[in-house]
Amino acid sequence: MLILAIDTSAVASAALVSDDALEGVVGSFSTEDTRTHAEVLAPGIEKLLAEADVTGADVDAIVVGVGPGPFTGLRSGIATARTLAYVWGKPLYGLMSLDAVALEVAESTEAAPEFLVATDARRKEVYWARYTLQVGQLPRLVDGPHVGFASDLPDLPAYGAGAGLYSDVLRADPDFSTEQPDALYLGQFALARLEAGEQLMDSTPLYLRESDAQVPGPRKRAL
Amino acid sequence: MNRSQPLVLGIESSCDETGVGIVRGTDLLTNTVSSSMDEHVRFGGVIPEIASRAHLDAFVPTLQAALAEAKVTLADIDAIAVTAGPGLAGALMVGVCAAKALAVATGKPLYAINHLVAHVGVGLLDSQSGTAGGPGNAPSLPENLGALLVSGGHTEILRIRSITDDVELLGSTIDDAAGEAYDKVARILGLGYPGGPAIDRLAREGNAKAIRFPRGLTQPKYMGTAEEPGRHRYDWSFSGLKTAVARCVEQFEAKGETVPVADIATAFQEAVVDVITSKAVLACREHGITNVLLGGGVAANSRLRQLTEQRCSAAGIRLHVPPLDLCTDNGAMVAALGAQLVMAGSEPSGIAFAPDSSMPVTTVSAPAVELAGTAAA
Ligand SMILES: [Zn+2]
Repeated sequence: MLILAIDTSAVASAALVSDDALEGVVGSFSTEDTRTHAEVLAPGIEKLLAEADVTGADVDAIVVGVGPGPFTGLRSGIATARTLAYVWGKPLYGLMSLDAVALEVAESTEAAPEFLVATDARRKEVYWARYTLQVGQLPRLVDGPHVGFASDLPDLPAYGAGAGLYSDVLRADPDFSTEQPDALYLGQFALARLEAGEQLMDSTPLYLRESDAQVPGPRKRAL
Repeated sequence: MNRSQPLVLGIESSCDETGVGIVRGTDLLTNTVSSSMDEHVRFGGVIPEIASRAHLDAFVPTLQAALAEAKVTLADIDAIAVTAGPGLAGALMVGVCAAKALAVATGKPLYAINHLVAHVGVGLLDSQSGTAGGPGNAPSLPENLGALLVSGGHTEILRIRSITDDVELLGSTIDDAAGEAYDKVARILGLGYPGGPAIDRLAREGNAKAIRFPRGLTQPKYMGTAEEPGRHRYDWSFSGLKTAVARCVEQFEAKGETVPVADIATAFQEAVVDVITSKAVLACREHGITNVLLGGGVAANSRLRQLTEQRCSAAGIRLHVPPLDLCTDNGAMVAALGAQLVMAGSEPSGIAFAPDSSMPVTTVSAPAVELAGTAAA
């Protein structure tokens, strides 16, 4: 099974993962910055496909990170994934973006049995979720995702760029203090769950925040 | 690529309409639009984040409907065109990302198009009032062409020497768009959203002479003379007008009198329409423009059409008004301009361009850019 995974919840990234390939990875790319998704994502995917010598017909499914993440960036990945899935006629699945970091944590040797993943939600807040981990198992989401102040999070080891940003109030793991959700791990997570016969979500974005629009109050009268 | 009668798919998402249009050369095959306007009603104006969320969910269904109506498949398409700006940044992003994905998935060339110039492009579709092509000839734009674009997002007067590579901005609003001013004033007067139709309706009952509101940027220091034009000779400003309406309402309330809503609506509409048409006609006369195309959603306004017609004809200018569903934001206009670029032999924009919320009209389509550095693992 060949999966094209895309995530733009923080940085822009895409990956081709397959159960046939060595360590499951056919190819991947990710950007450093979090504000150029519309420019880099499509060229990145095109190059990824070309270098792996695969076409849309070869892809069995598309997986997209549905956030949480800053809205405009998040939408660029979902718009891309939905369009590719439509044109190629392939199934599309959504995965919670923080799962990518959770899987990366689970694959490290010193992972705690219970931990948090946090990314930057801007406005002095973080997107976060709590996971539990049993040896030989995929990390299990037990709470979240939420958006909130770092100081209000449970007292657990915390991984990801959101933890690094607020290491003064979180038990941030220094090895993961700049880690962002990456499509590579998201794709692997999806592959493992699909092979285990699990259901995945659809591509509905997890905004977690309202649109910020204010219904205007009645106009103040002069008298 | 078929460059004589190209089949072009156009995508529009710069404000609150998700549009997909398909043309073959200058033939319109479909103009499919999904609007999020209803979701903005309770806010009294377009909320960018709500519009962006709606674009994301509307895009694929709109595309699907457009292909079905045009009875074509994506494999038949020669090129894709998308609005790259100007417009709301987050809203543009959705259409641009979808268009790029479409280009990647189909291998078709992509043109990143200027939304304002696309409003003029509808004039090139067959059987539109802007066409001057004789029988059997491909439509072409009239000589000495200008375009007056008035909508909730923009207010501009353009000169078009060539729709594919020579467009000039003569004047524009320096603050609110005219349609935005209508919405804000409608809110002050308690008339609901969108403000344009409500004010237009009420203005038929009011006394236009009862109240007079200021015309922005018409003082001599802004206007200058034809020889030595002032800085804002052909520009508009509507924020002062909105404030004047608010003051006026407050004064009636302070005196404990009933607010003459119809008279105020009429006076407001007169001020807007008067200053738009007088400056537009002035710009045309001073630039040898003899044909004007009216575009944008406010083209639906009865008083604007009436006064524009009247003043254009008095100045010997011929006015062209496309059907209203092609005046408001739509994908057909993007496809129409895309087809013109293909037919003119213009190069596609590639898939590495960035949407530009303030794209200048001098950029009809974005040039191809080198791929940004992406770290391939
Ligand atoms: Zn427009």
